[in-house]
Amino acid sequence: MRDTLTSLRYRYWPDHLLGEILSKRWTETAIPVILLLIVGFALSRSIDHFLSPASLADTARQAGEIGFIGLGMALVVIVGGIDLSVGSIFALTDFCALYLLDVLNWPVPAVVVATLACGALLGAVNGVLIGYLRLRAFITTLITLIIYRSAFDLLIQRYSNSIAAAFPDIPSWNFIGGGDVFGIPSVALVYIAIAIFGHIFMTRLRPGWHITAIGGSRRSAYNSGIPVRRTIALCYVASGVLTSIAALFFAARLGTVGGDIGVGLEVIVLTATVLGGITLGGGKGSVAKSLVGVLIVLLITNGLTTLNARGGINRMALAGILLVAAMVDIRWQKNRTRIISKVYVAPTYHALPPPPPTEIGQGGPFEQNDKLRDVELIGLGRIEAPEDVILDRNDNLYAGSRHGDIMRFFAPDYQRMEVFAHIGGQPLGMAFDRQDNLYVCIGGMGLYRIAPDGTVEKATDETNRSMHSVNDDSRLRLADDLDITDDGLIFFSEATVRYEMDEWPIDGLEARGNGRIICYDTKTGATHTALRGLKFPNGICVASDGQSILFAETFGCSIKRYWFAGAKKGTVEVVMDNLPGYPDNINLASDGNYWLALVGMRSPSLDLAWKMPGFRRRMAKRVPVDEWLFPNINTGCVVKFNEQGKILESFWDLRGENHPMITSMREHRGYLYLGGIMNNRIGRYKLDNADPNYVQYDKRWGKAS
Amino acid sequence: MKRLRFNQQEIVFAVFAVLFLAFSIFLRGFLTPENMLTLLQNVAVLGILGLAMALVVIGRGIDISLIAALAVPPGLVLQMVQNGYSLPASLATAVLLTIAFGLVNGWLIAYAEVPSLFATLATGLLLAGLGQAALFQLDVVQWSDGMKGFERLGQGTIAGIPTSIVMFAIACVVVAFLLRQTRWGAYIYAIGDNPYAARVTGIPSRPIIVLQYVVAALIGCFAGLVMAASVNSMPTRVFNSTLIYDVILVVVLGGIGLSGGRGGVLNVIIGTLLIGTMLNGMTIMDISYAGQNLVKGVVLLLAVITDSFLNPRNEETAQQGDI
Repeated sequence: MRDTLTSLRYRYWPDHLLGEILSKRWTETAIPVILLLIVGFALSRSIDHFLSPASLADTARQAGEIGFIGLGMALVVIVGGIDLSVGSIFALTDFCALYLLDVLNWPVPAVVVATLACGALLGAVNGVLIGYLRLRAFITTLITLIIYRSAFDLLIQRYSNSIAAAFPDIPSWNFIGGGDVFGIPSVALVYIAIAIFGHIFMTRLRPGWHITAIGGSRRSAYNSGIPVRRTIALCYVASGVLTSIAALFFAARLGTVGGDIGVGLEVIVLTATVLGGITLGGGKGSVAKSLVGVLIVLLITNGLTTLNARGGINRMALAGILLVAAMVDIRWQKNRTRIISKVYVAPTYHALPPPPPTEIGQGGPFEQNDKLRDVELIGLGRIEAPEDVILDRNDNLYAGSRHGDIMRFFAPDYQRMEVFAHIGGQPLGMAFDRQDNLYVCIGGMGLYRIAPDGTVEKATDETNRSMHSVNDDSRLRLADDLDITDDGLIFFSEATVRYEMDEWPIDGLEARGNGRIICYDTKTGATHTALRGLKFPNGICVASDGQSILFAETFGCSIKRYWFAGAKKGTVEVVMDNLPGYPDNINLASDGNYWLALVGMRSPSLDLAWKMPGFRRRMAKRVPVDEWLFPNINTGCVVKFNEQGKILESFWDLRGENHPMITSMREHRGYLYLGGIMNNRIGRYKLDNADPNYVQYDKRWGKAS
Repeated sequence: MKRLRFNQQEIVFAVFAVLFLAFSIFLRGFLTPENMLTLLQNVAVLGILGLAMALVVIGRGIDISLIAALAVPPGLVLQMVQNGYSLPASLATAVLLTIAFGLVNGWLIAYAEVPSLFATLATGLLLAGLGQAALFQLDVVQWSDGMKGFERLGQGTIAGIPTSIVMFAIACVVVAFLLRQTRWGAYIYAIGDNPYAARVTGIPSRPIIVLQYVVAALIGCFAGLVMAASVNSMPTRVFNSTLIYDVILVVVLGGIGLSGGRGGVLNVIIGTLLIGTMLNGMTIMDISYAGQNLVKGVVLLLAVITDSFLNPRNEETAQQGDI
């Protein structure tokens, strides 16, 4: 009863989603967005007409103006600096626009151009000082803040009366200040255009990447040849220009030059920037974050003003939010990887009946023996991690190595060894096609093809993305073993979509159906997912009927058969289950049966733990990784089975010295060649009663004429 | 021959000396004892605040909230006395408020690990907002009868020297003692020099940082009391001014690098003197407030640029995110 409940709970409750969602980059933007929604909702409930078109248009106008400055600040913060002088630049460029228009009576286009140029110039002063002279951003912009502000004060003492006396009535100027298109204020339209450009610039264009790179690590950026000084200087220029755009709209809207214009603006913009989640110190941030931050700050300050809160309350609210946002941001940045690694492992319920006996004296097909005691060793100490081994029609032996190479041992004595091809990822399962091309599954990379002359080509490294998966499962993470059908379809297993090559045993801890079988069509080059939700699918072998494949589910401890053609197309049938160990590769035997490697044997403790998902989750959260309970992959064996699911024979290395771990085996001319992913050798075992002329290549593709 | 190298402290001191000489020669009425005292009196509060800022900056932090500590607790004293509380009770409340404020700052920076710039920016706003919203009835809190006698903290003379200068001197001695003679001061230098190394060495860096902000807030409150006493009121709108920028400039110009671990009380005095001389000279020349600010800014900019040429920043050891 209790087991049933546990099993239902873990079957239908998606535990694994939490870790996957948290590891997404967009969660960082999601937090400020949620805050924005909460603030917006709270204010719309407490203020009448808060969401009326007039009110929204008014908010949009202010948001546009502050938003431009926010974009500039975001840029400067992302590049690793800070710009405190924005408030003063805002005041000066506002004055510049009104002076040119009201006192000098320039035409509007000239005013616009001149104001932008003025902003660029003021920003360029910061840029040259910080970018080229490498002054500290904080202290430098602090000084320019004072200089610009006092310049502004001096100027308005002389000209404020003449500006206040003028009432320009120019349609284009009025449109900038108060016009709209279909109800959308002019400033919001321009902001949207610039924000879209800014987003593309930061995420798709080279200069944007340079900016992020400099903020992330200035020295590395310099060493990789990015023009650090120029880029930084230009960021401050851009900040000045964006601020002057804001000032232009502000000037057109209000047309005044009061003494306190832009005082404290830097605090508001800085609050918005931090609130949006743009990390101080650089390297992280986006246009969307800047916009969200500005909206939050604006909604709160406007909302409080509408609610007739005293100025002090307004300030306290702003400060409180800044503090909470900064704290959340810092805690999250600091603990993100730790939290994710704690919640990412999501074990599930996996019950297996007691395994068949393997002890000596108990009988049964799995009874231990010491047949592998005297295997011959090939390449001892010269090869590392040959997960799979294969022989071509000329009797040469191929094996993958941990260093990302395919090694070739030459017949007849397999003493001479060479690097056949260098790939760069760990080679796992291998198979020859009809044209002597070697197809290899590369962990972390995908399916690769090696021509007989050793040239490496990518066959496929992606498949269709499933709709309901949070993790991007279109990329292949852990292609494991493959076989090729007569029609040129390659079926290969992807062991897990949730873990990388180096952490594959953790998937066994989870015991969730994270794996899948993928089909690559050599004729069309198309890839699609054939089966999903498998518990670490591993070995694959085309069955004798040519219409189905046999595949092993390592942590399902079972062998299954999948029909890809014929009358039973699309169905899956269990061939063997409740194996005493974890099945790995499957290959053809000379007598029409199949070889199967058991990479490790089941243990009562893990079998029990598999029925206790809560226990395993606590373990993953509280105990360091190297003390976790992992599946045993130290001792195993090779068995021979037939299509009816009957075990015929087993081969053990009792002392585990000569050939300790077996992940694959290949029969060739009366010998069995053994590979193991933790081994530094390839084993060669003389089979009794085996066809001395059996060559797998010839059996599959016919003898070469 | 040894190559001549000047550090920023020497440059600033040279600028100060040149300015002082120039003013003495060309400005009538500059080099008189009365004017010298006025000069010092005007910068005494700035100097005291500079000491508080120096304490924090040496420990690789920055305290933007000093002006709030300057304005709100002393304002509270005046307000409470006005409302009929006794002076000692009001003072005690203000000191408690200041300590609590410093603890909040310190906790945010040391334990919650919020960058000091942001933490103090926000807490300053918070405290100023609290004062505005809940504590004060008017922007300028007036002197009342209950404060009688307290004005001697900022007015009058002690042995012929204006009291505010004496207060600055006392503050200098206290801070110098803390920094140079106590273990706590040595720890601040260690933390400012390399916080990670300090922590590894076993220095209780978090409590030290908290203490640092508490002391800074207390010094800020002291500066506020001196200021209130000298003008017989507490203009709480001082929070909106650019005073905090002047304080930072005093510290940085004096030669206390923002990256921490360097400098001392002497640097604050030099920085204060430079600013004081400039302001005083320009006042005698009858330059407007904005004009003074402009000249001040340009001079400071030149000083910082000169420093960057003489002592360029080392790109290899500059810290990431060091703004």
